[in-house]
Amino acid sequence: MAEVVEIKQENLVYAKPKLITDNVMHYCPGCSHGTIHKLVAEVIDEMGLADKTIAVSPVGCSVFAYNYIDVDWIQAAHGRACAVATAAKRLHPNSMVFTYQGDGDMSAIGTGETIHAAARGENIVAIYINNAIYGMTGGQMAPTTLLGMKTATTPYGRDPRLNGYPYKIAEMMAHLDGVTYITRQSVFNPAHVRQCKKAIRKAFENAMAGNGFSLVEVVSTCNSGWKLSPVAANKWLEENMLPFYQLGDIKDLTKK
Amino acid sequence: MAEKEVKLMKGNEVIAHAAIRYGCDGYFGYPITPQSEVMETLMEEKPWETTGMVVLQAESEVSSINMVYGGASTGKRVMTSSSSPGVSLMSEGLSYLAGAELPCVVVNCQRGGPGLGTIQPSQGDYFQACKGGAHGDFHLIVLAPNSVQEMHDFVGLAFDLAFKYRNPAMILADGAIGQMMEKVVLAPQRPRKTDEEIAEECKDWASCGKGNRQDRHIITSLELKSEVMEQINLRLQAKYKAMEENEVRYEAIDCEDADYVIVAFGSSARICSATVEMARAEGIKVGLLRPITLYPFPTKAIADLAKRGVKGFLSAELNAGQMVQDVRLAVNGAAPVEHYGRQGGMMFSPDEVLAALKDKLINKK
Repeated sequence: MAEVVEIKQENLVYAKPKLITDNVMHYCPGCSHGTIHKLVAEVIDEMGLADKTIAVSPVGCSVFAYNYIDVDWIQAAHGRACAVATAAKRLHPNSMVFTYQGDGDMSAIGTGETIHAAARGENIVAIYINNAIYGMTGGQMAPTTLLGMKTATTPYGRDPRLNGYPYKIAEMMAHLDGVTYITRQSVFNPAHVRQCKKAIRKAFENAMAGNGFSLVEVVSTCNSGWKLSPVAANKWLEENMLPFYQLGDIKDLTKK
Repeated sequence: MAEKEVKLMKGNEVIAHAAIRYGCDGYFGYPITPQSEVMETLMEEKPWETTGMVVLQAESEVSSINMVYGGASTGKRVMTSSSSPGVSLMSEGLSYLAGAELPCVVVNCQRGGPGLGTIQPSQGDYFQACKGGAHGDFHLIVLAPNSVQEMHDFVGLAFDLAFKYRNPAMILADGAIGQMMEKVVLAPQRPRKTDEEIAEECKDWASCGKGNRQDRHIITSLELKSEVMEQINLRLQAKYKAMEENEVRYEAIDCEDADYVIVAFGSSARICSATVEMARAEGIKVGLLRPITLYPFPTKAIADLAKRGVKGFLSAELNAGQMVQDVRLAVNGAAPVEHYGRQGGMMFSPDEVLAALKDKLINKK
């Protein structure tokens, strides 16, 4: 039996978000998904949107996001989340509709659905988890895999002559008129966790205000896929991912 | 009683009007010949200003069927339409819709294939529509209209059946039915369901926001535990069995005393009804069995005709012989079953079918 430790009220600085369920998460220890799920759950709760949120989960590690956040969910086919969300939002214009997608889902198989939902200016939010690898299928190359990075399908490192170049869908989408807020965040340290939460909140507010499409990219870790400990993965992210995937707002027309 | 509203319209235009009148909440489509008039008519009618219906042109059929998936997930009455190559792109979505048990209506105004094929009428998608047409064990409810009036009526019927069974329903038309103009009696405007009515009607499953519900709803076709997934499959099969028991629809013309029966659906059946008249004028007792539901197939009706002593069946289709397999299964060796068809967008004439009937069955030594 584990020892029950009672936390005194004055020492309580953080509690499990109200909308996070009691289901045991399937994510690997150290994975960014858990942190980002909590931020999304907190924002939905703080904005009072729990009863009118329709969330769309992808194919990939976060396919099971519906087990963890206590709102209504639709699980979409691989890459189709933004098309699914488009209809849900158009048919329920007062609801908060967001997708939660990985890099394969959004930037490989779902590029078309993502770009066109953004171009149409759908009033939805896409939370985009970029960890530069396919986690669920066992660590294959993603569209965002860095040059030289070893994966199950780039065992000698990503070579642009063989495997092409990584690309930044956030920058690509920035010139679409239907998109009003694009930001790239991360959750590798507490300061960035707080910043990321603010960005998610801003995106959700943007969608509820009917201002158009919002994208929150979160540069994330996949310590299992990267074959690094959680701490080493955070360090690797900072040293290798962030120089290429630079953090900050890419487009912000929310104040207009 | 209010006066009937009768119009002269194209089959495709009627799909659009019927969608509005039967209280459809959303249409999501992508242009493709020979069915583009469906979305064109909807855009011209602007139903978002009257009934509040959403109409959206997607960037592909892949996207439009997934918009249908999204809309259906929230309990709304949503539909799309396309033609053969476009429906192939929808296959993935149809499998997900069937797997997640979502009601919706898909119109396939068939054209000749394979590949890009032709834009002329065909019935080459019978297998695709009736045998699943995508991965996994599933069935669509498949309705085959043979007139502009049925194009209209089946939109309402398809929505009713789709919601009764929480299953995608397909209207399997073809370029001929879609493009031809006929008189049609339009249904009175049925009001769209309110969000409250939908929340009540779909209170056990729709993901439309939790509202006052305690438990969240999850629309998914995923289940990693094999023993649970098998139970889901068994439940789906039980549903298909119930459809087979309760929803078979067909039309039998002059079958009571027929020595020979032509089995044909959609535009082919329309042509073959003239064949029956020609044969009867010659003193040959020919009947027409027209399946209205292609899935569930009128197996028993055909088996009963075979038992009664029909000497031969001719499955007349605009393809190389697809439905004929189901006719053979129904007849089960009790009488010869032959196929006659044209392909590539060519249609047969009533006398061609009569000649084939004589050649393949009546005069066969």
